[in-house]
Amino acid sequence: MLIGKPPDIRYSEITPKSLYLRRREFLRGAAVAAAGTAAALTAPGLVGEAEAQYAAPGKLPKITNFRKSLLSTSEKPNSYEELTTYNNFYEFGTGKEDPAARAPRTLKPRPWKISIEGHVAKPGVLDVDEFIKGYTLEERIYRLRCVEAWSAVVPWIGIPLAEVIRRVEPTSQAKYVEFVTLLDPVQMPGQRGRVLQWPYVEGLRMDEARNPLTILAVGMYGEQLTAQNGAPIRLVVPWKYGFKSGKSLAKIRFVDAEPRTAWNISAPQEYGFYANVNPDVDHPRWSQARERRLGEFLPRRTVVFNGYGDQVAGLYAGMDLRRNY
Amino acid sequence: MKPIAIVKPVLFAAAAAPAVALAWNAYTGDLTANPVDYITDQTGSWALACLIVSLGVTPFRRLTGWNDVIKVRRMLGLFAFFYATLHMLTWVTLVSFFDVPTMIEDVTMRPFITVGMATFLILLVLAITSNRASIRRLGRRWQTLHRLVYLAGLGGVIHFWWLVKADTTEPQRWAVALAALLGFRAWWTWRTRTLSR
Repeated sequence: MLIGKPPDIRYSEITPKSLYLRRREFLRGAAVAAAGTAAALTAPGLVGEAEAQYAAPGKLPKITNFRKSLLSTSEKPNSYEELTTYNNFYEFGTGKEDPAARAPRTLKPRPWKISIEGHVAKPGVLDVDEFIKGYTLEERIYRLRCVEAWSAVVPWIGIPLAEVIRRVEPTSQAKYVEFVTLLDPVQMPGQRGRVLQWPYVEGLRMDEARNPLTILAVGMYGEQLTAQNGAPIRLVVPWKYGFKSGKSLAKIRFVDAEPRTAWNISAPQEYGFYANVNPDVDHPRWSQARERRLGEFLPRRTVVFNGYGDQVAGLYAGMDLRRNY
Repeated sequence: MKPIAIVKPVLFAAAAAPAVALAWNAYTGDLTANPVDYITDQTGSWALACLIVSLGVTPFRRLTGWNDVIKVRRMLGLFAFFYATLHMLTWVTLVSFFDVPTMIEDVTMRPFITVGMATFLILLVLAITSNRASIRRLGRRWQTLHRLVYLAGLGGVIHFWWLVKADTTEPQRWAVALAALLGFRAWWTWRTRTLSR
């Protein structure tokens, strides 16, 4: 339910519906044009478009073969430093700077197996690089809103989950998709404690999983994901609170019942399955009406569905979002 | 020279160090990606730390028989008030931006903030009546009034416990420390009463 407060995103940012419906056509046309331009521009001595944009990333392997998306916001991304040093990844400690300090030391993102399981015609276990190779990578610059009321803009690189789902052919029994993070207390020392139930499990309804916004991210800022950001592959669901976007995925399971998710198990009255960003549904202990964008001092008003209402509000038509928090 | 003449300044420096470190970090821009939350967390933690340590002074005095140590109790209590004030001012200025309706809503509708504000007000009253003039003027009632510091300790721990998402390790540690100190007080009172019969 949209309450009449003006959204924080500019109307010029919202993809016009006609364009949105024709996005695949547009992208194909743009890709052809870009390929032609890139071919012309990447003559020796000239920098490719993707590289020029990310001036000072980290030291991980670069990703350059991605195309842009209309679903990206035009808001400026937060700095690489901000995004890689302020993380909630309790598998490495509960302090914001713990994951950056610890994860790169113990997490080994390669070799990595990703398993597709459950009610699908084509299950399987694949090496993550083999898995990724089969897909076209897209840049998705998305807003991220944490349930703790801070937010950021992240330039992800990933693959649409809808495309993955299409290829694995879920059966009619597949009603939900479950995302299971790695369970390995050696690589993830925080799993020796019990602040959450391990492995970290998240889930989406099939239609949420198929939404064009939902991606499996494999990179950020023009390079592979850092350990603290959820290497080698993670979920990104930008219209929900950040805890829904599970990191370092080991399994993607197609199930028939709503999964019990990590934060819901930890505090059922505080963290629901849907966890849609909603300024009108407060956390029991704090307000969700405002948020602090990393790097900014002034708080902002939170927008329902994190400003992605045009793309996802229809999924929840008729649902009481207060009860289904 | 008596040992307290060294201990007190050293303790002063130790209690002031977090504030100096915070100011330095602000100057060098090293306040994490979310400076407002970081400042709020740091000032809150140090307020609670000073408060709990100040509550440990009398038990320490009784266990060691070193009466002079009482001279650091007021100083530590005032440091607790100092950090609590910074913590509260951070909330008013940087978190709420002086938005009065939002602040009223927060204090009335978020239990952890209600408890936090009540705790601050107790510390305010204790700080105002911490000088010698007040001790003289209030006489016996001063002792009764300043027993509120136990309530402030409890309030601080509850405020912290109720705001953490899931990791209650730190609030739990403070709760254990507080329980130990208050338990010691209760035991001492019982012991004094029993022995004097």
